[in-house]
Amino acid sequence: MSGSLLTRKVTDKDQIQGNLFASIELVEYGDYQCPHCGRAYHIIKQIQEALGDKLKFIFRNFPLTNIHTDAMNAAVAAEAAGKQGKFWEMHDMIYEHQDSLSESYLFSYAQDLGLNVKQFQNDMVSAEILSKMEDDFESGIRSGVNGTPSFFINGEKYSNNWDYEPLLNHLKSL
Amino acid sequence: MLAVGIPAPEFELHSTPDQKLKLSELKGKKVILAFYPADWSPVCGDQMGLYNETLHFFKKHNAELIGISVDSKWCHLAFSQDRKFHFPLLADFEPKGEVARLYDVYDAKEGETQRALYVIDEEGIIRWTYLSPVGMNPGADGILNALEELDNVKQN
Repeated sequence: MSGSLLTRKVTDKDQIQGNLFASIELVEYGDYQCPHCGRAYHIIKQIQEALGDKLKFIFRNFPLTNIHTDAMNAAVAAEAAGKQGKFWEMHDMIYEHQDSLSESYLFSYAQDLGLNVKQFQNDMVSAEILSKMEDDFESGIRSGVNGTPSFFINGEKYSNNWDYEPLLNHLKSL
Repeated sequence: MLAVGIPAPEFELHSTPDQKLKLSELKGKKVILAFYPADWSPVCGDQMGLYNETLHFFKKHNAELIGISVDSKWCHLAFSQDRKFHFPLLADFEPKGEVARLYDVYDAKEGETQRALYVIDEEGIIRWTYLSPVGMNPGADGILNALEELDNVKQN
């Protein structure tokens, strides 16, 4: 519902980019196959550039698996890359190639990023990563995520326009 | 909307082109009635798409989700197949909006149902209601909180 709060606080289990001690915390619940999230990806990049170390950005998985058949696999691939320290590299790679997310593409991205591909394949089916997927999804549902992308700023759901200018102005006003 | 604490009015509507569903057939389970304006919402993860992903959370509480709009059974079938829904969509089509009127969530001006949620308990009593602003997808958190509360009350 509107006015919802982030029910699961950001912890070191999360994928965090930027200054850990930043005063502004932006959490996105996203789906790698959702075109709106693809648009948001580029906007967040610009926001990060504008705000520098005032911002930390957290990405949580919210794949809508029935309508986006590759979304879960892509999300798992990013987390698996994270096991080798390259979550954000894979995250970016996927959003830069949103129309090519079948398994063979994901493996080729892993190769391009210099990952140990065998390890990557094993991690993609690990119980740990699958349970992280469920935790992320459930925390989103409980926090009132109603579609993707959904944003939370300093723990509160942000339901306004997330185009570059309005989002940046809002973040600067905090 | 109807008041919490009263029995949910009985109805029977088409759930597929050749099947009908009666509310009373679901006694013994909790029921989430999700009235929504129209099939084919263009947004990623629209309300029904979201609920489709959260069915297993509802099932943990012995709850069945039912979507209701004034779209016809054939329209529902196409929508449901396209979005791979795993729950029934009921066609409140003829007389148009009759069940929505019965539940006090019909928008006569638009000729659609409002965006409204009812949670009904195992005995068929209305336990929680929520009317959403029509352009706003209410998410699933309110439903899950209501289901959880019902289960907690029962345990105590």
